[in-house]
Amino acid sequence: MGQRVGVENSIAAAEAIKMANVDVVAAYPITPQTHIVEHLAELVADGKLDAEFIPVESEHSAMSVCCGSSAAGARTFTCTSSQGLALMNEIVFIAASLRLPIVMILANRSLSGPLSIWNDHTDVMSVRDCGWIQVFADNGQELFDHVFFAYRVAEDPAVSLPVIINIDGFIVTHVIEAIEYWSEEQVKKYLPDFKPVNVLNPDKPITMGAFALPGIFTEAKKNQDEAILASRPHIMKAWGEMEKVVGRKYEPVETYKLEGADTAFLTMGSFSETASIAIDRLREQGKPVGQIKLRLWRPFPFDEIRAATKGIKNLIVIDRAISYGGPGGPVASEIRAALYQEKNMPAIANFLCGFAGRDVTADDFLAMYGKTEELVKGRRPIREEDYIFYGVRE
Amino acid sequence: MESLNVYASRLVTKREYFARGHRACQGCAEALAVRLVAKALGSNVVVASATGCMEIVSSPFPFTNWNVPWIHVAFENAAAVITGAQAGTKALIRKGKLPDRGTVFLGMGGDGGTSDIGLQALSGAFERGHRFVYVCYDNEAYMNTGVQRSSATPFGASTTTSPSGSKKPGQVTWKKNMPEIAIAHAIPYVATACSSYPFDLMRKVEKAARVNGPAYIHILSVCPTGWGLASEKAIWIGRLAVETGVFPLYEFEKGRYKMTVETPELRPVADYLKPQGRFRHLTPELIEEIQTRVKREYEKLQAKAAML
Repeated sequence: MGQRVGVENSIAAAEAIKMANVDVVAAYPITPQTHIVEHLAELVADGKLDAEFIPVESEHSAMSVCCGSSAAGARTFTCTSSQGLALMNEIVFIAASLRLPIVMILANRSLSGPLSIWNDHTDVMSVRDCGWIQVFADNGQELFDHVFFAYRVAEDPAVSLPVIINIDGFIVTHVIEAIEYWSEEQVKKYLPDFKPVNVLNPDKPITMGAFALPGIFTEAKKNQDEAILASRPHIMKAWGEMEKVVGRKYEPVETYKLEGADTAFLTMGSFSETASIAIDRLREQGKPVGQIKLRLWRPFPFDEIRAATKGIKNLIVIDRAISYGGPGGPVASEIRAALYQEKNMPAIANFLCGFAGRDVTADDFLAMYGKTEELVKGRRPIREEDYIFYGVRE
Repeated sequence: MESLNVYASRLVTKREYFARGHRACQGCAEALAVRLVAKALGSNVVVASATGCMEIVSSPFPFTNWNVPWIHVAFENAAAVITGAQAGTKALIRKGKLPDRGTVFLGMGGDGGTSDIGLQALSGAFERGHRFVYVCYDNEAYMNTGVQRSSATPFGASTTTSPSGSKKPGQVTWKKNMPEIAIAHAIPYVATACSSYPFDLMRKVEKAARVNGPAYIHILSVCPTGWGLASEKAIWIGRLAVETGVFPLYEFEKGRYKMTVETPELRPVADYLKPQGRFRHLTPELIEEIQTRVKREYEKLQAKAAML
């Protein structure tokens, strides 16, 4: 059992990066990612982490440096938010197609405009199709644990893909929690040394990033899709091993009080814990309500979503991003696609809320439940275009 | 001098690290420059290339012309990628995971990838002080996309986005002085070179590789296709660029300038401009304007080289 420490989640995340013994950190400061990177800079300055800390001139260069460093065989870390992710967007996609096992913590923050430093999921949804494995951590402990998980999965020679750990900006990054640190033995047992599949080494010259003519491009894309799909068993194994090493169990889709439920909330990120409080209250009132938490965003857990929603009549999907002029929130869009051919597809109510850090309390989840009851009474099934901006001041 | 050149060529390795069979145009002096740079650096090197002519002609999957480790990520980030590879290797050596073999890290790009879209990444890499060599192959426009103007396109040149017309004489701005921008970063070594002077070029690359810090080499790379020139004229026109003072060859080392190919008496710029299709429309007045500017810039450089 590791030590339990009262610590700001960002500091704990940086300590986990240190314990993972990364070789290179390249990052550019952006709120609310800063505390993670600042603490890493301190650890390097104090000689507690033996790594090259590269304070680049932009996020575009941060991801580019990461590509070079990972291609040279070094364990590589970066961290960003919002506009930073948007600026490095081009290279984020290339890192995945180069199969470079970079790990990035994304402190989720709204994408401009208008400018906002606060939390929602509009940033990560802009790279939905970037080819990285993407997970959501709901709190500091999950963030800490997933640093080791991310390196283990990314660097698995059978996977060799980059991983994004999503964490809600401020709501999680700037909060002090009691975190159970891993012991050195636990890290050693769980995370093997990085042995890159392909590496830039004069002893064995290789060409990386060759360009593709139309005759090979489609094949390259199919290969990439197969690679991320094939990462599934390795992701499951990495979570399974983690349960053995530290006793915490993680799954692609997790549920709460779902037994006997006819209505379920579907949440992602830190909102999950608040929704759980609302569910406790609804259960006390005798309402059959449960919760489905989406942890693994890519590769998308279709089977687990179908299994979790069996018997659910009304599904309340919370989205913290929007596809303008589209089907509403990106999570609901994915859930609809997953369930479309199911025999008893639940009615889906899609609430868009919590933009730019606007607080969504347990009472708000109760109100969304009430609104869904109303909608269901009025007409079934709820139509696709029925997405609702919750809590908008009219 | 002639006999010396015959002798010197025998000292150059016959091995090719940028191999034959690439898809560059006939007479491409940029491909020649890449070949000479690769020869000068040998096998103990890691190369990061920007998107552009040299990347496209050398890496159509599943083929490659690179007999050394080579990576291409994107257009504007070769300096960031190569410094990432350098930093990663440095960390692995320090942590005892790799032997220190003194590998050279080479970033390269065209004039667009260097002085336009890649300038920020290059400036950042210079400022951070990584030990790496960056080579700009300057063919004075975006040749890979069809001869569009860049900030390195010279005044008066007609390109597809600075066409000469009844109101405009082609490019209306003066060539961005990229070597001076590199020098302003106070890096240990900066040089200009041209593939028409192969031994001078290779000597500078070898020198850059020995520098403990960032080194920058700006190579004028004649593009017969984009410049409107017969393919067999590339080497000749590169020599004229130097002999007219349009592109002087010099080094900047330890705070001092040094002319490396002396041109006691400059030839008139018209000798350089007239054979090229991109300058065909220039009036005598515009040629005179260019002449004045070239002379003034050359004298400024000479004055710097004369300073102790």
